[in-house]
Amino acid sequence: MSARERIAGTVAGYVDDRTGAAKWMKKNLNKVFPDHWSFLLGEIALYSFIILLLSGTFLTFWFVPSQHEVIYNGSYQPLSGLSMSEAYQSTLHISFDIRGGLLMRQIHHWAALLFMVAIVVHLLRVYFTGAFRKPREFNWIIGVGLLTLGIVEGFLGYSLPDDLLSGTGIRIAEAIIQALPVVGSYISYFAFGGAFPGDAFIPRIYTVHVLLLPGIFLALITVHLMLVWYQKHTQYPGPGRTEKNVVGYPLLPVYMAKAGGFFFIVFGVIAFLSAVASINPIWLYGPYTPGQISAGSQPDWYMGWLDGLVRMSPPLETHAFGHTISWNILIPGLIVPGIMFTGLALYPFIESWISGDKREHHILDRPRNVPNRTALGAMALTFTIVGLLNGGNDIISTTFHLTINQMMWFSRIGILVLPPIAFVITKRLCLSLQRADRDLVLHGRETGTLVRMPSGEFVEVHEPISAEKAWVLTQHEQPKPLELSDTDARGVKRPGAIKNKLRNRMSRANAVAVPKVSAQDLKEIEHH
Amino acid sequence: MSNELEAISDPGLPAHVHRKADHDPIAEKKAERQVAILFLLSAAGTILFIYSYIWISQDLFIYLPVLGTTNAKQLFLGLGLATSLFFIGAGAIHWAKTLMPDEEVIAMRHEMRSDDEDRAALVKSAKEGAAAAGLGRRSLIKRTMGLSLGLIGLSPLLLLRDLGPLPAKEFDTTSWEKGTRLVTDPGNRPIKPSDLEVGAVAQVLPQLRAGEERTLNNIGKDAVLLIRLRPEEFQLTPEKLAMTHEGIIAFSKICSHMGCAIALYEQQTKHLLCPCHQSTFDVPRGAKVIFGPAARPLPQLGISVDSEGYLVAQNPFSEPVGPSFWERNTK
Repeated sequence: MSARERIAGTVAGYVDDRTGAAKWMKKNLNKVFPDHWSFLLGEIALYSFIILLLSGTFLTFWFVPSQHEVIYNGSYQPLSGLSMSEAYQSTLHISFDIRGGLLMRQIHHWAALLFMVAIVVHLLRVYFTGAFRKPREFNWIIGVGLLTLGIVEGFLGYSLPDDLLSGTGIRIAEAIIQALPVVGSYISYFAFGGAFPGDAFIPRIYTVHVLLLPGIFLALITVHLMLVWYQKHTQYPGPGRTEKNVVGYPLLPVYMAKAGGFFFIVFGVIAFLSAVASINPIWLYGPYTPGQISAGSQPDWYMGWLDGLVRMSPPLETHAFGHTISWNILIPGLIVPGIMFTGLALYPFIESWISGDKREHHILDRPRNVPNRTALGAMALTFTIVGLLNGGNDIISTTFHLTINQMMWFSRIGILVLPPIAFVITKRLCLSLQRADRDLVLHGRETGTLVRMPSGEFVEVHEPISAEKAWVLTQHEQPKPLELSDTDARGVKRPGAIKNKLRNRMSRANAVAVPKVSAQDLKEIEHH
Repeated sequence: MSNELEAISDPGLPAHVHRKADHDPIAEKKAERQVAILFLLSAAGTILFIYSYIWISQDLFIYLPVLGTTNAKQLFLGLGLATSLFFIGAGAIHWAKTLMPDEEVIAMRHEMRSDDEDRAALVKSAKEGAAAAGLGRRSLIKRTMGLSLGLIGLSPLLLLRDLGPLPAKEFDTTSWEKGTRLVTDPGNRPIKPSDLEVGAVAQVLPQLRAGEERTLNNIGKDAVLLIRLRPEEFQLTPEKLAMTHEGIIAFSKICSHMGCAIALYEQQTKHLLCPCHQSTFDVPRGAKVIFGPAARPLPQLGISVDSEGYLVAQNPFSEPVGPSFWERNTK
């Protein structure tokens, strides 16, 4: 035994004597993780979060969360002599006087954008592959919570520098609060410590941004990962992969080296972006004052779709009995997003209610094999993208020489018309892909080799696909519609008859599929 | 399985294919060298970072194609950091992919659900615990505990009360009063009608009284836009027309939708456009909304001139400025 081994053994023994960790570690160092590029998306989100904690801590050493007005005479000459808040002044100080300060600010902002991108794309991966199914519903809800908090955290973060752009964003947020029926004015006065903008808001959101929300994030992310660990990762269908096993690489050493290495890759890419691509150059916007604004005011992308919904809203207000209700703010700003996030969180339960499927699932779906879910996802995505496009309607209009009115009308009509179209097209596409799978299994792949028959006819030679590939294309289940009867054995209507009818109809729609190839089909075709 | 038809059978995990480095010592050595080079590149990145931090001047700007003129210190600090981080990752992953075992292994899953015995045992001990505490029997304790737990939530809620004052009537009022002079922003100079040509726009604020200081809160409600048209261009009711002066019309600059400052005036069409949500207001018709989400015209401030010929407010705003709120009595 070498000296090094002896020391390591002593330390490990000391720890295990007091914690009994060896038993747990022994089992988990060889834990198996399936490998797929799409499993890296959640990792990117996690790593971005760690980068946010590191870079954010650096920024707090100099950032002054105060709206106290000062006259600037720092090193950035163009703003010399201007009245501004200490928050804005200290952000200029970080950007121009602290070595690496601007780099850290840009790393923090780029990491925040990437964090949100990774969360959203990870969510789409989980959705379209059905990874949210039993037993992973809790983790889905935690994920939706993280997405929602991420949007809030990002918004508060870019509001902190108190520049003209972010101040305008806060002004809009205040208007949304103010629009709440009955309690709006009160909540606004409590949030801002009086009239807008006041001098309390920046210090308050600072505490929320650097302490409260990161704390909640840490707790939720921990539970999220513990559940992934405990429930074991899902895997894509493939030869040898079943609902009862997990095929992949052991934690030590391969997975650890890959995942650990990937953290540095993500950090490196963010650092590179931050070195070459300027983001949120607040010194160009100037300090916030409610009497001014810059054209082309845009929120960060994850808020863009909400802003787009607000922009396209028709001018609806109710004026009655001495009160005003702003539907033009409430519907796009609170009601529609509220419905969307609630629907998102409840989706696993809705789907299993329709299908009646209460079993555990660890093999992921290929999106084409679940046409309705995939089409519904495409529909929601289309809705959000139209909103996002309209959130940049001013920029798009000037770039493509359109009028703002054309963009707005496109969005107003598109947000209602395009999502259903996306649903129908996606569903058809899924069924076509199923048909293509069927053809591939039955007739093999096209080799590109043309043969001329004695009769003069040309035919292309097909080559049978491998048994592994055939398995991937046919391993899925094709559910049958539920046949819930609306009367009981004696022909009396059941209390839940309408509910059952609805479930029957929806599960019938879910059961529409191109029949997958069976072993008999293959045998039959071999005889021809 | 819901299919009655027999499914195609699972061929099982395919045979493992070895990599070159697994059996060829030359390939193995090569892979080892590649990993070492990647780690060395990372070290070089750290050196670049240290060099840039200490020796590159803060005011050095260099021109680079695509990027344009860039601060050299910020650029090389970033590139150094990026290099040092990226290549650690690249080295570790290359190592894992070429030299660490790449044979997939199989582990078994177990159903999440505890078995029935454990479940029954849990129910039993929970019931025993509840019985030991006498929760079922001691309804007085149960009810009073419920009451106290219900009430204790009120204290932290009440503690939030001092976050801010009650809004009272502050949404309804601005600093504008009868006879308040309009002054330029920035500059704080009173203005005469002759200062504005036809087609011109100016942002004004109410003149401060002695000892008063202008806060952002005031600007957020007081900001006003002056626009001068030819008097015959107005299409206004007689009362609204009487609030203009020699073709000069004054509106609150705070959008009636969500409170952004309305700064875009299109001279040809005489439209005001809010850059936040593109609500468009037609100036000759009293800032009537002609497009976008805003539901109300911008409040108009009546103006005239005082004895010295300076523009003054006729009266305070007759309605609250800015976005809507529940208590707003919109007529």
